[in-house]
Amino acid sequence: MKIMIVGCGRVGFSLAQQLSEEGHEITIIDQKADKLERTQAVLDVQCVEGNATSFRVQQEAGVKESELCIAVTGQDEVNLLCCLIARRSGIGHTIARVQNPIYNEEIGYLSNEFGLSLTINPQLACARNIAKLIEVPGALDITTFAKGRIDLVRLPIPEGSPVDGMTIIDFASKISGDTLVTALVHKGEVIIPNGRTKLSAGDDMYVILRPARIIELLPKLGIKTRPIRSVLIAGGGTTAYYLAKQLAPLPIDVKIIEQDRQRCEQLSEMLTKAMIINGNAADRQLLMEEGIVDKDAMVALTNLDEENLVLSLFTGKVSKAKTITKLNTISFDEAFSDLPIGVVVSPKMIITKTILQYVRALENTHGSNVETLYRILGERVEVLEFKVTNDARVRDTALMKLKLKKNLLVCAIIRGAQIITPGGRDEIYSGDNVIIVTTERGLRDINDILE
Amino acid sequence: MNAGMILYLLGKILELTGGMMALPFIVGLIYHERSGMYFLVCGAVILATGFLLTHFTKPKNTSFYARDGFVVTALSWLLLSLAGSLPLFLSGEIPAFEDALFECISGFTTTGASVVPAVEELSRCVNFWRCFIQLIGGMGVLVFMLALLPSTGGQDLYLMKAESPGPSVSKLAPKVRQTAYYLYIIYFVLTAAEAVCLVIAGAPLYDSICTAFTTTSTGGFGVRNDSLGSYGPAVQYVISVFLFLSGFNYNFFFCIWMKKFRDAFGSEEIRTYTGIFAVATLFIAVKLLADGVYGGEESFRHAFLQVGSIMTTAGYSSADFDQWPAFCREILIFMMLIGGCAGSTCGGIKISRVLIYLKTVGKEVSQLCHPRSVKVLKMEGKAIPHSVLRSANIFLITYSCLFALSMLLISLDGHDFTTNFTAVASAMGNIGPGFSLVGPTHNFAFFSAPAKYVLMFDMLAGRLELFPLLVLLSPATWRRN
Repeated sequence: MKIMIVGCGRVGFSLAQQLSEEGHEITIIDQKADKLERTQAVLDVQCVEGNATSFRVQQEAGVKESELCIAVTGQDEVNLLCCLIARRSGIGHTIARVQNPIYNEEIGYLSNEFGLSLTINPQLACARNIAKLIEVPGALDITTFAKGRIDLVRLPIPEGSPVDGMTIIDFASKISGDTLVTALVHKGEVIIPNGRTKLSAGDDMYVILRPARIIELLPKLGIKTRPIRSVLIAGGGTTAYYLAKQLAPLPIDVKIIEQDRQRCEQLSEMLTKAMIINGNAADRQLLMEEGIVDKDAMVALTNLDEENLVLSLFTGKVSKAKTITKLNTISFDEAFSDLPIGVVVSPKMIITKTILQYVRALENTHGSNVETLYRILGERVEVLEFKVTNDARVRDTALMKLKLKKNLLVCAIIRGAQIITPGGRDEIYSGDNVIIVTTERGLRDINDILE
Repeated sequence: MNAGMILYLLGKILELTGGMMALPFIVGLIYHERSGMYFLVCGAVILATGFLLTHFTKPKNTSFYARDGFVVTALSWLLLSLAGSLPLFLSGEIPAFEDALFECISGFTTTGASVVPAVEELSRCVNFWRCFIQLIGGMGVLVFMLALLPSTGGQDLYLMKAESPGPSVSKLAPKVRQTAYYLYIIYFVLTAAEAVCLVIAGAPLYDSICTAFTTTSTGGFGVRNDSLGSYGPAVQYVISVFLFLSGFNYNFFFCIWMKKFRDAFGSEEIRTYTGIFAVATLFIAVKLLADGVYGGEESFRHAFLQVGSIMTTAGYSSADFDQWPAFCREILIFMMLIGGCAGSTCGGIKISRVLIYLKTVGKEVSQLCHPRSVKVLKMEGKAIPHSVLRSANIFLITYSCLFALSMLLISLDGHDFTTNFTAVASAMGNIGPGFSLVGPTHNFAFFSAPAKYVLMFDMLAGRLELFPLLVLLSPATWRRN
């Protein structure tokens, strides 16, 4: 597929890298010649120097032949205008990075008017992710599916858990009938379980369930968590704003420490509930005075990765708080993967992930009916959402009678407002959406799930 | 300062006042009253004076600034009150000049404090005039002029700012003139609606019209000796409801008119006002019932009417609330000081300022615990600009100082503390009655002439939110620069 990427910053570069590796033809437009030179030296991509909001430059970059335009410069206006021009030149799909809270509030209108296929807001996505982790303190990772109606949650199985040694069939009958274990990480190995697979302590498991159910599930698994009631956010950037906004309806006290006085006033104006503290988040005395010791969670969102790391390490030492660390650069992940810094989030990674997911699904839709595609566990497991059409061979037959591939699981059937956790007797109908988890690669059609 | 322009505007005010006297003259004709003639003669003379002023001072230089706005506002209210009191004094119905002036200022400022022992003995045209000037004073004479007369220059916003109650002026329309026009439409519709409802509820036509004039303006002059006491429950309920509505910020009605219901009901000030109103009514009603002062329905009716009347600073009475339990009286004194919403016809400190004060205190306390915390105070979801905060704080300081000073001055008359305190509170808040000697069954006639002048100043200061009068008294204003 021919893809045009506007903006050769960190996100643009890493997108170009990944998409190029996956075999797409990439053209990058940027105004800075030196950046393009460096990119061209490492990646097999085409570079065009110039202002991407100019129609002529887009022509030069081959907008007519491209299928997708991804605008990821730091400026929302530039991204929107690029996409609009590309769209008018007849490009099929456009993705714009839009991060200003003001535009975000009217994103539906903008997407519609500008004909955007997808807008991505790294800060908002990051904040949502963090908010979920705060809501469910026991979870290691949460991914949302089917427009927020289903969560894919990674949970640890602790020592002495009631489910230790249980088979999947027992789990379904004794613990929870409508929670499906979709994947297990056993000693670094990924398993797609069947009914006889045993759960054991020390494993991590991926479960698919409705967002509301997770709270009931945790104690049954023996995961002891106390609900988070107070959060300290270090750094008052856009992510912090979105996070505080996400947490506002919950009974959680939010405190934000921000260095810049003016930004503090802005935050205070925009956020009614949160307490804003003007000061340096790396000031030990200030942290102590603001009660870091008694906080339930600390989110390090300053602009400096080093500072975030140190803050999380320090918090881990002085308190029992759950720590969430934002890291912009993840090139040194070996260095901190063993450190006790809690969950690591990266807006850049999230943005790249989201776009890759879209591109893969887009690619898959050439003659297939994949709606979304997501890879977990270091790309080893694919989670796909299919739309079931009339000519699907799997429809109107009980699942137990279908000869499904090995290492593949039908996790959920979405029928209108209803979400069904399928058992052997359930059937798939035309019009349903089906979520499949598999270690197989290259499923392009719902019929591919059959042997 | 532009003297030509100021004289021109004052001339316009005189023309307006003279013109308005035609109405009581007509009432006088209907009821065949001799006093009506005084309105005709005074009206004609005032109109002619105004005409001469506007005709000969037609200014070439129309520059007009904030200072001129304040001066015009203060002077026109003084002039207006003087002109308006002439027929009362000349007709001999209020024999002493300071009494006539007091009555007239009390009318224009919508205070409703009276020096007339028995209003039923006044002629109907005089009574009509008392009520009518409250109607005009309620929304503001200059605002009325803005809505009515063609523009003469860039003075509109300055006049509106100087006369409108509340910490900040919100415009309903891009043009001040249009805003004034909308305000008066809402105001008159509300008044007309009340008059109709009162007639339906069984009040006589004349009473209905006069009472409607004094309700929506939150003035509180009555046409009967016992204020509202002798009307039936239905009439009292109608008045209570309209009093409650009159305490609203007029933005509310405008939003309703424009069908922006979310904006209308979402307003913080409206909610606070309604909350305070409801809680005060409930407490008083329960206390009255518990102490066995009245029966169930009566307790509620009197509590509702009295809270409405005091909080919106109208000052009617349906019962002698001076005899109520101390708890109820204290609540009413609180209401006196708070007043209604900004942007209404009410007096007092205003809900929005009280909200600002409470928020400031909250912020200060939290700041003591978290010295490094930053908190921007917000009103209606928007940050309160520093200038508004400052002027609100200075307002309170000035209000308190003037309050204390006035009490000191009228204490020379030698009355008790409650009388002095509530008389000043009532004058500055444009309410009307107070407690003890100025309670609902009494009037202000017993004060000495100097004390009356002090109270007159308080009424004007309260109505114009202090500063126009202080600007007028400040030497800096009159210095040439």
